[in-house]
Amino acid sequence: MTVVADAPIIVAHGVSKTFTLEAGFMASICQRLGNSERRSVRAVDDVSFEVRPGETVGIVGESGCGKSTLARILAGISLPTDGNVTFRDQSTKDWLSDARKALRVQMIFQDPQSSINPRMKVSDVVGEAPVVHGLIPRARRDAYVRECLEKVGLDPDFIHRYPHQFSGGQRQRVGIARALAVNPELLICDESVAALDVSVQAQIINLLMEIRAEFGLTMLFISHDLGVIRHMCDRVIVMYLGRIVEVATAKDLFESPRHPYTRMLLDGMPRVTTHRREFMTIKGEIPSPINPPPGCHFNPRCKFRTDECLSQRPPLEQAGENRKAACIHWRQISG
Amino acid sequence: MKAAYPATPLLDVDELNTWFFTKAGVVKSVRNVSFTVGRGEVVGVVGESGSGKSVTGLSIMGLIDPPGRIVSGSVRLNGQELTGLTERQFRKYRGARIAMIFQNPMMTLNPVQTIGDQISEAVTEHESLSPREVHARCIDALKTVGIPSPEERLTAYPHEFSGGMRQRIVIATALVTRPELIIADEPTTALDVTIQAQIIHQTRKLIDETGTGLVWISHDLATLSELADRIVVMYAGTVVETGTTAEIIGNPKHPYTIRLLDSVPSRNEPGRPLRQIPGIMPSLISLGEGCPFASRCDRRIPRCDQPIPAVTPTSTRRVYCINIPQEDEVTA
Repeated sequence: MTVVADAPIIVAHGVSKTFTLEAGFMASICQRLGNSERRSVRAVDDVSFEVRPGETVGIVGESGCGKSTLARILAGISLPTDGNVTFRDQSTKDWLSDARKALRVQMIFQDPQSSINPRMKVSDVVGEAPVVHGLIPRARRDAYVRECLEKVGLDPDFIHRYPHQFSGGQRQRVGIARALAVNPELLICDESVAALDVSVQAQIINLLMEIRAEFGLTMLFISHDLGVIRHMCDRVIVMYLGRIVEVATAKDLFESPRHPYTRMLLDGMPRVTTHRREFMTIKGEIPSPINPPPGCHFNPRCKFRTDECLSQRPPLEQAGENRKAACIHWRQISG
Repeated sequence: MKAAYPATPLLDVDELNTWFFTKAGVVKSVRNVSFTVGRGEVVGVVGESGSGKSVTGLSIMGLIDPPGRIVSGSVRLNGQELTGLTERQFRKYRGARIAMIFQNPMMTLNPVQTIGDQISEAVTEHESLSPREVHARCIDALKTVGIPSPEERLTAYPHEFSGGMRQRIVIATALVTRPELIIADEPTTALDVTIQAQIIHQTRKLIDETGTGLVWISHDLATLSELADRIVVMYAGTVVETGTTAEIIGNPKHPYTIRLLDSVPSRNEPGRPLRQIPGIMPSLISLGEGCPFASRCDRRIPRCDQPIPAVTPTSTRRVYCINIPQEDEVTA
């Protein structure tokens, strides 16, 4: 690649996304009478980070942590309410008027069943975007799709098949071929291997690692599966209720977590073992994102909690070399 | 095999065959499956999609509908035969003596009925107790699965609970009749990591306390290895290997088990290609007599095309392979 290795490929600057909840019948009457406020969810809350070319960054967190919303913002599918995203120093807001720019970021979704049009043949699924955007002439489409299928380990003669004629793993390969067809620089994988069986998952993970090396791709890998994250990623971002709580290299994060939530996640992670596990008690559940706890969102479940944690949002601060944590007690935790 | 269990086991599945007679052909979802579950024992059934693990669970529960049918074999609960019972006879067992927990609690719970009504219905269906006793039972059940302030929560509807709480309610409903056996099919697959850890922890405690037998069906080797006493590994409708958790995880013998464990990311060096299994599972319609894994197996020999007898290296263990790797080869 000709780019300077240090210049980030994609940067999120204070990105937030707020969804306003649809008011019910009674609530909307109350609102007209001036009695009630509209309820909203801050799905992503002031998130900043950068990804460098060739890096694979994992985003990990549980339901409602905002990881998928963030992925959609980075892919330019939805716009942030506040803050902005720049791709190679240009704001992704321009992508709405110039779709060709948006091609440089492609997404692979969890469920290939619902992210691929069931009425389209593979030749259209994979070939449509490159033709529409003028990357290849229409006459060359089928030959090009065959090449793409070969890259992802599918039989090139499958181009006239429909999505339902494939198994789950093969369908995910079609999804990957579709993303690769427009020569992206950044690939965003949102739970792309979560719905697959262990043996199929291994095949798809290997494929993703192969194409990453072959095409020099940068990757954002979103998952709730810590084992997969550990295997695939150079750096990991941990999110909790819309905020980043920790960023570190995969090695550092798994060896010495700095944030109590990261620690809880690692402790809860199922491991293949030959002896019965001693479970530590995990406190509480993930609070509703509609009404998150004040201060540090994690405070109701945290055993290191002090009064300060209730009153102020902990900043994402340097917590050692090349790592950050949003916990005012991180020194205690890592000690 | 029976000799290893002198007393009658709680559940004895013996040479079970459940086939589906479809227009495309006969789908042999479960073929010659045998395993036992003791009291207070957790048996994990692990397999990938199409391995027959769920159909095995449904066969035990007597929930196979046409075009499916239990073709042969037996399922015995405390020595009593369950296959061949009429629907009316089976109702005395289902819910009362055997309970089932499914993956998605929102599909199991009735969204327009309070959870109190739903749990008490499970009790009154099978026992005649006074309303006060029923109420006490419900409260008890909710307490055991760790639902805070159960008295107030009885009048709440399923949508008022989080996903993890809903699955606890489903478990409470299964427990309220004090069944001898629970079949759980992927019960924590839809839950977050921290919630899954809580539920597994509580389940293990409950089983140890109540002496109920549990069949935990899952595709996830990691959770099973933490929870189960014994593991049954299934592939393409058949059992390929069974043994204690330590035996299966620590010293797998069947090539499929070995390869499956090898493909788990956390058992590979980060960043290196995973040791994947080539190929895909064969169709359940066109299976031959021999080992179903043969087409993907690197230890295949001509003899693999014929019926595979069980090898029993220890009294707790059965392996359906005629070309088992030697110890030194496994570690190589």
